[in-house]
Amino acid sequence: MRKEKLVVIGNGMAGCRAVQEVLKRDPSRYEITIFGAEPRVNYDRIMLSPVLAGEKTFADIVINDEAWYRDNGIILHAGLAVDAIDLKQQLIRVADGRTWPYDRLVLATGSDPIRLPLPGSDLAGVVTFRDLDDVEAMATASAKPDARAVVIGGGLLGIEAAYGLARRGMAATVVHLMEVLMERQLDASAGFLLTQAMLERGVDTVLEAQSEAILGEEGKVTGLKLKDGRVLPCDLLVMSVGIRPNAALARVAGLEVGRGVIVDDSLRTSDPNVFAVGECVEHRGQCYGLVAPIWDMCRTLGETLTDGQAAYEGSVLSTRLKVSGVDVFSAGRFAGGEGCEDIVFRDAGRGVYKRIVLEDGKVAGAVLFGDAADGGWYFDLMRSGADVSDIRETLVFGQAATEGLAGLDPSAAVAAMADTAEVCGCNGVCKGEIVRAIADQGLSTLEGVRAHTKASASCGTCTPLVEKLLKHSLGDAFQVQSGPKPVCGCTPKGHQEVRERIVGEDLKSMPAVMQALEWSTPDGCPTCRPVLNYYLLCAWPAEYRDDKQSRFINERVHANIQKDGTYSVVPRMWGGITSPAELRAIADVADKFAIPTVKVTGGARIDLLGVRKDDLPAVWADLNAAGMVSGHAYGKALRTVKTCVGSDWCRFGTQDSTGLGVRLEKVMWGSWTPAKVKLGVSGCPRNCAEATCKDIGVICVDSGFEIHVGGAAGLEVRKTEILTKVATEDEVVWVICAFAQLYREEAWYLERVWKWLDRTGLEAARTRIEDPEARRELYDRFQFSQRFYRIDPWAQRVAGRDAHEFNPLSRRLEMEPA
Amino acid sequence: MNAHVKDPTLWTDVGAVTDIPLRGARRVPSPRGDVAVFRTGDGRIFALRDACPHKGGPLSQGIVHGHAVTCPLHAMAIDLASGEFLGADRGKGCAPTVPLRVEDGRILLGSV
Ligand code: SRM
Ligand SMILES: Cc1cc2nc3c(=O)[nH]c(=O)nc-3n(C[C@H](O)[C@H](O)[C@H](O)COP(=O)(O)OP(=O)(O)OC[C@H]3O[C@@H](n4cnc5c(N)ncnc54)[C@H](O)[C@@H]3O)c2cc1C
Ligand code: SF4
Ligand code: FES
Repeated sequence: MRKEKLVVIGNGMAGCRAVQEVLKRDPSRYEITIFGAEPRVNYDRIMLSPVLAGEKTFADIVINDEAWYRDNGIILHAGLAVDAIDLKQQLIRVADGRTWPYDRLVLATGSDPIRLPLPGSDLAGVVTFRDLDDVEAMATASAKPDARAVVIGGGLLGIEAAYGLARRGMAATVVHLMEVLMERQLDASAGFLLTQAMLERGVDTVLEAQSEAILGEEGKVTGLKLKDGRVLPCDLLVMSVGIRPNAALARVAGLEVGRGVIVDDSLRTSDPNVFAVGECVEHRGQCYGLVAPIWDMCRTLGETLTDGQAAYEGSVLSTRLKVSGVDVFSAGRFAGGEGCEDIVFRDAGRGVYKRIVLEDGKVAGAVLFGDAADGGWYFDLMRSGADVSDIRETLVFGQAATEGLAGLDPSAAVAAMADTAEVCGCNGVCKGEIVRAIADQGLSTLEGVRAHTKASASCGTCTPLVEKLLKHSLGDAFQVQSGPKPVCGCTPKGHQEVRERIVGEDLKSMPAVMQALEWSTPDGCPTCRPVLNYYLLCAWPAEYRDDKQSRFINERVHANIQKDGTYSVVPRMWGGITSPAELRAIADVADKFAIPTVKVTGGARIDLLGVRKDDLPAVWADLNAAGMVSGHAYGKALRTVKTCVGSDWCRFGTQDSTGLGVRLEKVMWGSWTPAKVKLGVSGCPRNCAEATCKDIGVICVDSGFEIHVGGAAGLEVRKTEILTKVATEDEVVWVICAFAQLYREEAWYLERVWKWLDRTGLEAARTRIEDPEARRELYDRFQFSQRFYRIDPWAQRVAGRDAHEFNPLSRRLEMEPA
Repeated sequence: MNAHVKDPTLWTDVGAVTDIPLRGARRVPSPRGDVAVFRTGDGRIFALRDACPHKGGPLSQGIVHGHAVTCPLHAMAIDLASGEFLGADRGKGCAPTVPLRVEDGRILLGSV
């Protein structure tokens, strides 16, 4: 009896596995012929990464050697690519015209790496990472002494390529378009840790980088040029920007093709005798780039080709990175989504970050970094759709902890209370409400309960009771907060510890702080983000890049939002001094932009109210042109320096209070502070500039200057206390800058000067200021920081910085008929 | 193949995902009131009418955190997926969501 002819195109992961699945079910049914474009036997493609890294050899990764083909009667044409398929005559053709007939044909042509069409992409030394030839080309390039490699693409493959090259002694840099490495598998926190781990392994990362051109000399690559002008020199350039299903053969043959070869649930293409498996396939609109779905497909195809019944219904994916010592796992909706809830665990000491995403009491996804041992367990829970509500509290600690702890009953101290019993008298919140909120919102902290129910948010008498309820509901997962008030619900840590550790541990970015201090949320909240942003920029003025998205709207757009969504604009008037030219420019701006209100503020300058956001840059441009800069009326920053006319005009004036005020404002403007800072300089103790109710005030006297601190006249009215007395204007500037720096470095975010002094004591500040060396250092640090911040943010915006902030995303919706 | 083909609404391309900063938002003017389009820290896109149910604050100007935005006027937090207030203010109002699709890195808003 003539055996049916089964022809397989593609000698890769899918093609050979499909053959194995057929042989397993019916070893004698087909006469099997495999065509492979690669001149070698079937090997484990995913292990090319360890081969590149020198951790394995090709022999180690062969899956099926020549004996396997021989023993199973398979004819292998290695190094022979199929050129065409004739569906009508049921035969395939190779380039030299030879043909082979088939009864059944399997397409397993995999995918092709995408090559970016950059200028220079045809230079020698520009490679992709797909097969053994590529690995050999990379290994050869790495043998050159001091060779450098650039990898475009920070996905799984790009990272493994860079790691492998670094292991071979190259200086390797990964250039990635997005803000986070492996953004399709990792959230920002895990991505940050990966960037760090790669750095430790000799791989640099350049994020948010767009490639512009590949540079070369004498036909060989010499570097990569980025859109922002940077040039990264290299001798080898690896493009790892994605794959495209290899469906060309099928398309030309007339099979139905979308992104890949379209197959049904039995892996059959639009021709009943032709099947497809692996990365070349599009199934239910989905193309895959990992092996797990390929194994699923091959099982089904094995059934189909031996007349069995099986349906492939798509695959759920998980990813692991193969970089030695870097444990990374990701699966499912790791980034959360509608109706999802996050459980985050961080262990800074071990560099561990875990995020489990729950939806309706089930695991919807997970990202694990640093300890991925439980990846499989979470993946199983996710795929089985098991209800994990009962083990929610210990879930994040992994399988061992969870199964070990199950069954422990938390002590039920407040269990007896009725649900309707009132717990918080101030806000009328009863037990039932709190318990429900804890369960429904997944609350685990007192702050959380306060935010969601208002219980214990007012007088605080019921705090112990609320804590007991938390303990009762959560068991051991709840720890009573003792010690300092936490920064926010994302952390039990207080401001002091956060500030100290940012400086002490060289933490220079928000993800670094969140990891080291074990933040319980992936990216913070509106309370902690502005706090951290300030602490970081204060500690690292030169290195830290201000995070606009962690600033409230006023600071983000350098103007104050008003109740109708318009803005107010307050230009600086140094010490309250203005000129006819400035006033004329203000009047012109008000006319030109139809600004409805022009008002003199309580801070002795002029406010333009009711400006449309889109107009802000143009308004600033006009004010800039007349020499005016931002007044920071919107910022936790230096606001106004009120002055009186002083010795210039006043018959009682003892010193040039106006000139001193202007000088102070010119030195200090632009500095960010924990809360707003206002100054006043009065020419005599009559104090017409109200210096004794300012954060920092100067009272001029015949013999010199009294420097006052800690006043306020807002929610709280406070009179200043004298910090010190000095003889010259220069000393005033030194003392005030040093004092401001001390405040900047020590106060907690939103603490005005008086509150900070109430907490730490005026005497402590005075000791520092009166010690010449300490004062000098503080002054120097203030000036150093000012090198980066004494810059007009309006002018930067006018020059085009962050222009997206002021332009609507699109005006196209306007053109549609309403 | 494409589940959206039968969708009767008209889709308008308003820009690329990367036109919005991470943890940021942009405003899209429309004759029926502005739309706020958000991009969360994990790269997801959401769209709501750009008016807070409390007193009309422009949500596109708020701070984006997790899958929520905090209104710039009185700091009430709103869930981006549902437009509902979060926390103790839950149930006190809802900013209407706007149909949205993301395809090949482009943001498409549906007109309704
Ligand atoms: C415009 C102005 C009122 C006016 O029409 O004169 C004003 C307007 C606002 N003040 Fe003020 N304050 C203004 C002078 C003052 C003064 C008087 C002064 O500076 O000599 C005080 C009391 C002095 C003090 O600060 O101790 C003052 C104490 C406050 C407070 C209470 C602060 C406190 O710590 O107790 C707030 C609330 C806050 O900051 O949290 C506040 C907050 C505000 C805000 C920012 C409210 C807000 O969040 O929207 C207002 C913004 C309006 C805007 O868009 O411009 N404003 N505010 C004054 C602008 C001064 C300037 O030129 O920059
Ligand atoms: C370096 C690297 C690391 C990876 N790591 C992982 C990992 O950790 N985890 C994971 O799940 N996945 C990983 N993958 C992806 C995984 O290797 C692929 O999903 C898998 O190899 C796809 O199998 P396939 O058979 O569809 O394609 P392939 O394995 O590419 O096989 C296709 C074969 O068909 C041949 N061919 C193409 N056209 C023709 C033609 N016309 N005639 C004859 N032959 C032809 C090709 O030469 C090729 O040998 C990795 C991939 C690479 C490159
Ligand atoms: S006093 Fe109150 S109402 Fe007047 S500007 Fe200040 S914050 Fe606004
Ligand atoms: S208008 Fe949004 S919170 Fe008030």
